Amino acid sequence: MSKVDLSVELAGVRLKNPIVVASGTFGFGREYGQFYDLSELGGICAKGLTLHRREGNPPPRIAETPMGILNSVGLQNPGVDDFIARELPELRRHDLVVIANISGNTPEEYGIMCEKLSAAGVDLIEVNISCPNVKAGGLAYGTKPELAAEVTKVAKAHAAVPVMVKLSPNVTDITEIARAVADAGADALSLINTLRGMRIDVNTRRPILKMNTGGLSGPAVLPVAVRMVWEVACAVDLPILGMGGVAKGEDAAQLMLAGASAVAVGTACFADPYAPLKVRDELAQIARRQGLDKVSDLTGGVRPW
Amino acid sequence: MPIEQLCTVVGMTPLNDSTYWMTLEVGRMVEEQGLRAGQFLHVACGEGNLLRRPISVAYVLADEPENTAALIFEVKGEGTRWLAQRKEGDKVDVLGPLGNGFAVEGGGRYLLVGGGIGVPPLLGYAEAFHKNAVAVLGFRSADRVILADQFQDTCKATYLCTDDGSLGRHGFVDAQVRDIFEQDKDFTAVLACGPRPMLKNVAKAAAEYGVPCQVSMEERMACGVGACLGCAIQMADGTMKHVCKDGPVFDAREVDWNV
Repeated sequence: MSKVDLSVELAGVRLKNPIVVASGTFGFGREYGQFYDLSELGGICAKGLTLHRREGNPPPRIAETPMGILNSVGLQNPGVDDFIARELPELRRHDLVVIANISGNTPEEYGIMCEKLSAAGVDLIEVNISCPNVKAGGLAYGTKPELAAEVTKVAKAHAAVPVMVKLSPNVTDITEIARAVADAGADALSLINTLRGMRIDVNTRRPILKMNTGGLSGPAVLPVAVRMVWEVACAVDLPILGMGGVAKGEDAAQLMLAGASAVAVGTACFADPYAPLKVRDELAQIARRQGLDKVSDLTGGVRPW
Repeated sequence: MPIEQLCTVVGMTPLNDSTYWMTLEVGRMVEEQGLRAGQFLHVACGEGNLLRRPISVAYVLADEPENTAALIFEVKGEGTRWLAQRKEGDKVDVLGPLGNGFAVEGGGRYLLVGGGIGVPPLLGYAEAFHKNAVAVLGFRSADRVILADQFQDTCKATYLCTDDGSLGRHGFVDAQVRDIFEQDKDFTAVLACGPRPMLKNVAKAAAEYGVPCQVSMEERMACGVGACLGCAIQMADGTMKHVCKDGPVFDAREVDWNV
């Protein structure tokens, strides 16, 4: 049986396979790089960066929920300069697409980070306008079309590499934001970020998370991700990096059929460091079983009723 | 370097109605990866539980043909309930070795201070410093006491405390620790594991008597390897460290006890 071509393109950047690891679930690759060669991956969305170092939110930051987890890490990161100096050269030793994920307090901060990261030579910049765990910026940019468009414009004006905007699912109509961001010049979209949630200890009557609420990820959110990727793919003509609860090849295939060009694996890594490689291999098997020459033929192939 | 491994359960003994002693065959993890007491294994707990459970290693043996590790855990929720239902011959999927364990030197004089389910990770140190370490073990009540015989057999002296006075000294371990320091504070270090309020009080006592103190901390954890930054602990200098990667053992002076 002939081999399926696993390579895909995302905003003009070629990935040797469609499996990326999601920002915030894979650090800068060092930890899981102990288990396998990172060159096995199509790409990495590195841990979210801010202009300056952030310590993040007080603990507890993690709460397990039915088929999911809530987190309120709060963008703990060493800052963009430290990433460029210490982490990027290490990642560059491997053959994978490096996607820097950035969050700013102001549009200007997004611009400064785009310039620094473009000059440092990342392949793509993922603009986070949707982190639910920080007070300033973050979610506000992701829920108002005009603010999302403004951040996108500034990022595009300062970036020399493709800009992918990460959308929040915590909105009434995600296509409204997607259109605003597309019109502002984004080269690609990634979705979904986490869904806001809460868990309470009934004995102490305290929320488990010190921040009270956090972002839900894991298999529980997969159907929401599939639906939103489908809605956005129907609404705008931009490549999509689909994510949300992917743990199996079939999950990745669903997101691609819904319209994603590539797929990110996130929370599944916590249970199984090898999850991205298993998803990749299972996805290839599905493509082979369906007689496809290339896995990219799955993209947008859903046959809606 | 941590590895993922399917381990066979070769021993499963209840210590009381909610605490279990599980012995696992861990391949060559002791000899090749250097697994030791005070580190932890991240154990997958069945299909319905998304996250692994971090369980401290009580002691290890470089047995043949397979090394073994003792995990002593309390049933606290769905994951540990699943784990408690394993039987001899069952397989469990573990990631490890993870975390650092206590920093000790041969010939040192250590004061081991444990509270509740924080007692087991000290067992390997009691055995390593045979008849030379002193142990102070605290429990809620007499029916919760575990491992007392093992510590009494291996330590120079073992002091038991219970919150309700139903066995040993009535009260918390830090009072006993202070009494010991009044007589003798010539310890290389205090090695402490237990609930955070206990660790805070033991750290305070150690600082007052000028004895170095290492504490093994707990926090809700996801990945176990340092990638997700979930299990943060606030440090006295305002930074965050992570139980899985930087700990679980910290120098007590590093930790911000006032949060």
